[in-house]
Amino acid sequence: MKRIEISELIFKIFAYLFLTVFALFCLYPFVYAVSASISGMDALRTGKVILWPVDVQFDAFMYVLQQKTFWTCYANTLFVTFYGTIWALVVSIAGAYALSKKRLMFRRGFNFLLSFTMWFAAGLIPTWLNYKATQGIFQGMGIMDDKWLIVIAMGTNAFNVILLRNAFEGVPSEIEEASIVDGASEFQILTKVYVPMSKSAIATVGLFFGISRWNGYFWARKMIGNSAEWPLQVYIRDTLEQFNTTETQAFENFATDSVIYSMIICAIIPILIIYPYIQKYFAKGVNLGGVKE
Amino acid sequence: MKKDKMTNLIPDEQTLKRDEFEKNYWKDNFKKLGKDWRLYLLLLPLVFVFVCWKYMPMYELLVAFKSGMKEGVAVIRVNEQDFVGFQWFKQMMFGSKANEFWRAFRNTFAISFYGLLFGFPIPIIIALFFNEIKSDIYRSVLQVLTYLPKFVSTVVMTSLVALLLKVGSDVSSCGVVSTALVKLGLLSQEAANAGVMYAPQYFRSVYIISGIWEGCGYGSIVYFAAIIGISPTSYEAAQMDGANKMAQIRHVVLPGILSTITIMLILRIGDLLTVGYEKILLLYKPQTWETADVVSTFAARIGGLETGGSALPGLASAAEMLSAVIAMLLVIGSNMISKRVSNTSLY
Repeated sequence: MKRIEISELIFKIFAYLFLTVFALFCLYPFVYAVSASISGMDALRTGKVILWPVDVQFDAFMYVLQQKTFWTCYANTLFVTFYGTIWALVVSIAGAYALSKKRLMFRRGFNFLLSFTMWFAAGLIPTWLNYKATQGIFQGMGIMDDKWLIVIAMGTNAFNVILLRNAFEGVPSEIEEASIVDGASEFQILTKVYVPMSKSAIATVGLFFGISRWNGYFWARKMIGNSAEWPLQVYIRDTLEQFNTTETQAFENFATDSVIYSMIICAIIPILIIYPYIQKYFAKGVNLGGVKE
Repeated sequence: MKKDKMTNLIPDEQTLKRDEFEKNYWKDNFKKLGKDWRLYLLLLPLVFVFVCWKYMPMYELLVAFKSGMKEGVAVIRVNEQDFVGFQWFKQMMFGSKANEFWRAFRNTFAISFYGLLFGFPIPIIIALFFNEIKSDIYRSVLQVLTYLPKFVSTVVMTSLVALLLKVGSDVSSCGVVSTALVKLGLLSQEAANAGVMYAPQYFRSVYIISGIWEGCGYGSIVYFAAIIGISPTSYEAAQMDGANKMAQIRHVVLPGILSTITIMLILRIGDLLTVGYEKILLLYKPQTWETADVVSTFAARIGGLETGGSALPGLASAAEMLSAVIAMLLVIGSNMISKRVSNTSLY
């Protein structure tokens, strides 16, 4: 009996130890980024900054906050995140609702076309060529080199639609029948019955969209040439590349790295603020999405 | 004989009924279509998005069989271009780009294989350990911290990697992680000074360790939920039979989450050929192409999407088509195997 307890104890201690170390490993880069962004130049350059800030200065932050481009790009990211999430949610909710209905004709066909994109993706170059070939349409809409292009182009994906469809399928059909009897139209059934009843799935998918819009980089960089329309991620990367190539001693009392660290902090802060609220939805949402069909 | 013919000539009751049913079938369906037109209206935006951004690029894959030109003049539309058969595939596999392509092909498998080897078990282990922590507060703190890196963008993550492994003139002026590795004896001083990000032999480690940092905590959610779902009576029964902790994990927990593990494994195997291009494009340098270049980044360069290569969209599309087809076969294959072995399947 005693031996069992000892093996259990060892396992438990090991679990605590491993997880604590892993959590610190996850946390360390963030802590270091904060410290490095507010440490003095010499301290950072001679490797004195290991965990806590040394020779505290806030000039690097002030420098970043004084850049006009920084604020423009920040506003662009907010814009793309807000409208991009709404657009993706509207498209996915409407489509998932239709796909969840058994009476939809060719339902199996539509569902197959949806899932097929998860197994077979065209890849980078064909997507790029397709964008090039259809560029004229966007030019006609007047959104070339514009943040609206990112909003529209970064649509939805099969996984999130399937997640919503499964949630809608879970709503009992009796409730729908009751609302039809009460004279609700299709649109009212969706917005007044289905959407409120699948709140947690919709919140999850919305957060997936929101995070991916906030973090989006590659296509924004490729599709938008005008730097006034860039999102923040493109701006950060661009600044990093500039500093790497020039490597000049541009600032008096803080290192160029501190500028990048400050930008990184600024880009993470909004996520950190909403993170405690969204974390439980993410944990839930991953389990909601058991892919069927 | 005669009788048979007669019966064939005169339609019997059953045939008439069938004809009528077929007529009504289409009529009914059209009626249904008319009645449910709102549903189709709701579906329309989704169809539009998928056609525009998923299916039209698939059509564009045909560039792999086209010359990119029409009678010597470059044209952008695929359907107008001259057909060249498997010329691009030949050039890719045996021609001037063969070395580069096969290198990218090998690297893709190597990177995803190592990623699977190290990245796949860790979330399961983390979930098992989370289950051991009985204090709810401490567990939530650990969960918040370990999930966090998942929400950081690729740009921020790669920038952090680049800064933490920075080039330096002496030991203390390197990036802080380089310095720590030198002090621990895991990295030579010269390598740290020359820059870890510029050394081909370290690229895969950097890629996989940063991947573990980013995704393993978050990846444990699925397994942790499956472990929580195991009924407590199973543990009690095992304890009655004298099972200690290890035996409980082996005979209760692992079988309980086996189907989840199988599904995640199928997903990962299906992804073996789709190494995230964004992260690699942001991390690699011409000096590390040797170990870092994968099919999608190779295609991005050759196709003219990234600087550093001539624009051969046909060849790039051929590479991407090949990898997409193999990826699909991998998904279907692993799914079939798992269906046969464990009755768990994704589709």
